Amino acid sequence: MKTLTPAPSPKGRGESTTEYNVNIEGRNRIGLVWTLIFQASTIAGIIALIALLINIVDGAFGYVAYEAKVDPASLAVDGISLEEQSKEQLVVLLKSKLSSGAFNKLDKDKPFTDRSRADVYQVVIERIVKYKVVEVWNLWPSLTQGAEIRVEIAEKYPNAQLKFVSWLTADFITRPQSSEAVSTGVRTAILGSFWTIIFTILFAFPIGVGAAIYLEEYATDNWLNRIIQTNINNLAGVPSIVYGILGLALFVRALEPLTSGQIFGLVDPTTANGRTILAAGLTLGLLVLPIIIINAQEAIRAVPQSLRKASYGIGATKWQTIWSHVIPNAMPGILTGTILAVSRAIGETAPLVVVGASTAISFDPTSPFSKFTTLPIQIYQWTSRPQAEFRSAAAATILVLLIMLLSLNASAILLRNRFSRRY
Amino acid sequence: MTQPIPQNGTSKFVLEARSLGIYYGNFRAVIGVHLPVERNKITAIIGPSGCGKSTLLRAFNRMNELFAGTRIEGEINFEGQNLYDPSVDPVEVRYRIGMVFQKPNPFPKSIYENIAWGARIHGFKGNMDDLVESCLRQSALWDEVKDKLKQSGLALSGGQQQRLCIARALAVQPEVILMDEPASALDPIATLKIEELMQELKKNYTIVIVTHNMQQAARASDYTAMMMINDERAGTVIEFDETNRIFTNPKDKRTEDYVTGRFG
Amino acid sequence: MAESTIKWVETDKRPLNLRRKLRVGELVIQGLLFFSGFFSIFTTIGIVYELGKEALLFFQMPEFNLIGTIASVEWKPHVGKFGIWPLVTATMMTTVIAMAIAIPLGMGVAIYLSEYASPKVRSILKPVLEVLAGIPTIVYGYFALMFMTPLLRSVFGNEVVQIYNTASAGLVMGILILPLITSMTEDALSAVPRSLREAAYGMGATKLEAALQVVVPAALSGIAAAIIIGISRAIGETMIVAVAAGAGPNFTFNPFEGAETITGHIVRISGGDLAYDSVDYNSIFALGLLLFFITLTLNIISQRIVRRFWEVYE
Repeated sequence: MKTLTPAPSPKGRGESTTEYNVNIEGRNRIGLVWTLIFQASTIAGIIALIALLINIVDGAFGYVAYEAKVDPASLAVDGISLEEQSKEQLVVLLKSKLSSGAFNKLDKDKPFTDRSRADVYQVVIERIVKYKVVEVWNLWPSLTQGAEIRVEIAEKYPNAQLKFVSWLTADFITRPQSSEAVSTGVRTAILGSFWTIIFTILFAFPIGVGAAIYLEEYATDNWLNRIIQTNINNLAGVPSIVYGILGLALFVRALEPLTSGQIFGLVDPTTANGRTILAAGLTLGLLVLPIIIINAQEAIRAVPQSLRKASYGIGATKWQTIWSHVIPNAMPGILTGTILAVSRAIGETAPLVVVGASTAISFDPTSPFSKFTTLPIQIYQWTSRPQAEFRSAAAATILVLLIMLLSLNASAILLRNRFSRRY
Repeated sequence: MTQPIPQNGTSKFVLEARSLGIYYGNFRAVIGVHLPVERNKITAIIGPSGCGKSTLLRAFNRMNELFAGTRIEGEINFEGQNLYDPSVDPVEVRYRIGMVFQKPNPFPKSIYENIAWGARIHGFKGNMDDLVESCLRQSALWDEVKDKLKQSGLALSGGQQQRLCIARALAVQPEVILMDEPASALDPIATLKIEELMQELKKNYTIVIVTHNMQQAARASDYTAMMMINDERAGTVIEFDETNRIFTNPKDKRTEDYVTGRFG
Repeated sequence: MAESTIKWVETDKRPLNLRRKLRVGELVIQGLLFFSGFFSIFTTIGIVYELGKEALLFFQMPEFNLIGTIASVEWKPHVGKFGIWPLVTATMMTTVIAMAIAIPLGMGVAIYLSEYASPKVRSILKPVLEVLAGIPTIVYGYFALMFMTPLLRSVFGNEVVQIYNTASAGLVMGILILPLITSMTEDALSAVPRSLREAAYGMGATKLEAALQVVVPAALSGIAAAIIIGISRAIGETMIVAVAAGAGPNFTFNPFEGAETITGHIVRISGGDLAYDSVDYNSIFALGLLLFFITLTLNIISQRIVRRFWEVYE
């Protein structure tokens, strides 16, 4: 028979009994250590975010040393510097410095008579002066080692000019893509992103909300509807690149007549295949569809049952109930969820690379059947180049992208807060 | 308690449940209910919690099948037509037999829209402003809200919200109004107002009310049905009679225990 | 009372017709909604069918043989070398490194948020996590190449750490997955009923003892699901490895060497001009299908676990 241990004597203040090693102090010490560990992991996460943001800002500003192939000063005519010359003078200059073939091609692209002075000036800079970046510094060394940088440049590149630049400028946003980092811009990419996203929304929003309404309001608990629901949950976890491969096979190849605009007789002369904005938009649409459905389902589920009862109680039909009460009350939630899904689509890169984003286009997209590039594609391409100046351009592009996403998310949060106190 | 078989629209009974059983899946919640509902009278259903009062009430306008997925046996006749006949449209049923719920549930819309919406979906062609006013007057809410018809229905007090819900039910001009413990979420003054309102409304409508408040049933109703669960945990009507008889001279011992507070 | 224009119908004299009406509009709408709901099934069928079709062409190529795929460590489909190991090991390496960062950090942050942080701190930290989760992966790719790689090189030496390496990609991938694991874990921890914590405190347990010995074990299956989803995410993650891990299959276990993961390979191959029905074209479908089934399996396992977890607490 087991002998019972005697009941512990009443514990005095601060003293432990013989049977128990309570050791409050030691346990609290361990508790403190772990608390610090938990806090440290949290701080590590925050540091990672800060490092990421600083790293990007660091790349987007700083000194640039560049040389001109032709010194602009040598292009002055009659003492009028290049910057002050009129459009006509600049055209004359172009004619004299460029081969006639190159000049005619430029004129054919867009007649000089139609071009603005700023445009012609840009051509002169690009085709004749040809600034070339010889070295780039990030923000931190630019701030801390300005003197050394100046000395170094003076020694290594006596003809070079040194300038502190922000890569992110109004010009950068409004200029089309160019092969030179100093004169490149993201206008093409911004427009490409917008066009693509519009088709994503047009495709995914109605189907997504429709599916959510079906699943929440109509679907009974049977095997088919369970499969649909499980399938949606699974699709939300499929890697985005798989959607890219699907888009390549389906939209680019199988549906080429549609995505290239052929069946509408609208073939863009610059594209002869389905690697278009429409194909990209639809691919991203498939990608965000499950996210939109899941978010919309949550919003619809949050509409109180009593509202539906009230509506049925006065003899409303199912659709009258859904249309007049469920959808209006779920709409803020649906929109918030859609905005979040759209910001995911805007940041997607991999599927668009697979679908076939163009590497270098400098003209604005004009229809769903145009070739496309987007902001993330631009970041990818510039980051992958070995030249430091393109990485600075990538950093500036990241800032543009992040600002866009931040304002989207902010509007989603505002929407959520504005409508969250309804019931 | 024997009634003549009602003729279309001529019987004094608007609604009549016969051998009614209600199932949730395999669980039989209500069994063998016979219950006639007389025109322009208030019929109360009382009984302890969980005896199937609300389930029975919601069977009268086919509300159960929407949210609970119930199955039914027997029949409920409405003006001589079986509500559960396969050819009957449940939407049509709820249009004729309106409902007021336990918790006030106005739409998150303006007071005006709360009332107008139901009329509109049923193709009301008359003057909407007049209809809204008329419904609000009938539900004794007009004087309190006439200056703020554009305000949200949710801005009203609980008692006002419930009268708004009654006004909303009136706007589609039903024959019967089912009330599921309409005053249980309200304070005594608001409760009294609802009871007075019911007396006013029964001139034009037939009312069936579920209540767990015995004083309310005694004060407000003309007929009372006493429900109780049997040994198989299924609810049934054990006694139905004029209200004053139920409360003064019940035939069933269980009813007597319940109404005198000796139940349980 | 003003004279009302409303003529109250004498309802008992109104014609009584309860017959079912054919509401065509309702039926059409219901049909459209069902189509929308069913649409996602087409997506899955599309993935399996399209990827399967092209992958089959790949497997049917005369040069292809299964032995070569498993026994060889060289992946050069265009010259008939189909050893998939370099891609698999690279994927495994980045995933393991990422999880080595994301699991401990994610657990730490989640426990801190759910058990220690005051509501005010939580209200600041949760948006920070959301921001972290909302940053596009390509930005993390830039971060890996421009920050993590230089950092590793300055710590371990330029001759040890190559410019493209799996360590840098894996570490940054860990940061990318951190918010995902944290939020799922925190959901699981907060689902543990308060009564359990109170029971622990009531017996004189310290905060840590309650957290680690009562709450965490109770939430274990939820945490496991979070980790599995994290792994699935890491395997499918593309842009970080495409930018920072290296451009070429390399059979190595050295995290400081460049190597190419399955996803990185697909992106690089399809980034060039890809001719339809070429070996490369078909190979990305085979790899995509492999990726799809791996992540699908992981996701299904995780969902099963999650469902069982919530059943306990509902």
